[in-house]
Amino acid sequence: MTGRHRKLLLSLAVLAFWLGLWFVASKLVGQELLLPSPLQVFRRFLQLCGTQTFWHTVGTSILRVLTGILSATLLGVLLAVLTESSALLKALLSPVMALVKSTPVASFIILALIWLGRGILPAFISGLMVLPVVWASVSAGIAAQDPQLLEMARVYAFSRSRVFRRITLPTVLPYFRSALSSALGLGWKAGIAAEVLTVPQPSIGKMIFESKLYLETTDLFAWTLAVILLSLVIERVLLKLVRRIGGKGGAADA
Amino acid sequence: MLELNDVSVRFGEKTVLSGCSLSVAAGERIALMGPSGCGKTTLLRVALSLQLPSSGTVRTSSKRNAAVFQEPRLLPWRTAAENVNAVLSDSPGTLPEAVRWLERLELREAADLYPAELSGGMQQRVSIARALCCSPDLLVLDEPFKGLDTALHDRVLALVNAALPADTAVLLATHSEEEAKALGCRILRWSEGCFV
Repeated sequence: MTGRHRKLLLSLAVLAFWLGLWFVASKLVGQELLLPSPLQVFRRFLQLCGTQTFWHTVGTSILRVLTGILSATLLGVLLAVLTESSALLKALLSPVMALVKSTPVASFIILALIWLGRGILPAFISGLMVLPVVWASVSAGIAAQDPQLLEMARVYAFSRSRVFRRITLPTVLPYFRSALSSALGLGWKAGIAAEVLTVPQPSIGKMIFESKLYLETTDLFAWTLAVILLSLVIERVLLKLVRRIGGKGGAADA
Repeated sequence: MLELNDVSVRFGEKTVLSGCSLSVAAGERIALMGPSGCGKTTLLRVALSLQLPSSGTVRTSSKRNAAVFQEPRLLPWRTAAENVNAVLSDSPGTLPEAVRWLERLELREAADLYPAELSGGMQQRVSIARALCCSPDLLVLDEPFKGLDTALHDRVLALVNAALPADTAVLLATHSEEEAKALGCRILRWSEGCFV
C-alpha cells in the first residue's frame, strides 16, 4: 500500500469515526429538532441538491461572496505593492489593517448595515476579512525578495518587467497562495454570516436564518454542509487556478 | 571605460576605501590584490554602481556589465540553462546558446537541473557562463574561482581567458597572483585604503 493510499484510508477512517460519533449522539438525544442524525442531514442535503432553488441560491451566494473576495484580493495586492515602495504609506496603513484584523466581524456587519445597506454588505464583509490577510502576505513576499538577486538583476540591466517575472513573481507567489488559502475560508464564512444577518434574497444565509426561525434543524445542518462543501470546492478551484497561472515559478517549488 | 576619481567609501565610522583613483580602459584587465576585508569587493561594487561612494566620482561608458560574485546568485526557480539564458533574452530561442556556454564550462549534464541540485562549484560555473555569454564591456570577477578543485580551476581559468572578448575590460579581485597572471591582468595591490 502506497503512502497516498494509507493517507486516504486514514482520512476515511477519521471521517467514519466522527460520523459514527454524531450518529450515536443523535440516537442518544433522540430528537431531530435538537440533533438530526447524519443520515437525515445527508438525505435532506440530497433533496435540496435536486431543486432548482438550491442551485439558484448557492450560485447567487457564491457570486456575491466571490465578488468581495476577488475585489479585496486585487486591492490587497495593489496596496502591498504601494506600501512596500513607500515607508510612509506602510506606516499609515499598518494600523488600519491591524484594526480590521482584530475587530470582531459582527461589529463590522452591524456598522456596514448602517452605512451601506443590505445589498452590498456580504461582499463587503467578505472582502474586509480577506484584505488584511492578502495585504500582509503579499507585503511579506515582496519584502522577502533576495537582495543579492536584485543586485544581480541590476548588474545585468534587467528591465522592470524582467525583474518582476524572474524574481518578484516567483518569490511572492508562495506567499500569495498561502494567503489565498487562508483568506478564502475566512471570507466565505464571513460572507455567509453577513447573509444570515442581512438576509438578502436569495442567499444561503437567508436559508440558514429561516431554518433557525422555523426550527428546521435538519435544514440548518444541510445548508451548513453545503457551505462547508462549497468552501472546499472554491478553495481547491481557485488555488489550482493560481498554481496554473504561476506555473513552476515560486520559491517553495524550487 | 571606467574611471574612479578620489573615491572614498565609509560605513559609519569605518573607512573602507580612502581617496582611491582607478582608470580602466576597454580591453584592459586589472587584478586587485590585498588581504581579506581590505575593500576589494567594495571597489568592485562601486565600479558596478551597486555602492555609492561617500565622496569622489565614478564615470563609466560601459553599456553592458557582467559580474561573477563570490556567491553564484542564481535564480533558484530556474534551471542552469534558464539562468544563463536569463541574461541573453526573454525568449527560449536563445536557450541553445545558453546550453553551449554551459557545455564549454563542462556543465552539459547540468543544463536542466535547478541550482539546489548542483554543487557549489557547479553553481559558480553556471554563474561564470552567465557572465561570459553576454559579451560584456566590463566584467567584474570577485574571487570567481573559489570552490573549484585544482584541475577544474585551471581548466575554467584557461577557458575564461580564451572566451573573453579582446575589448572586454576586466576587474578581478583575487588572492592568487597566478590567477591574475593567467588572465593577463595588471596587478594593483592594496596600500593604505587604496589600490596602487
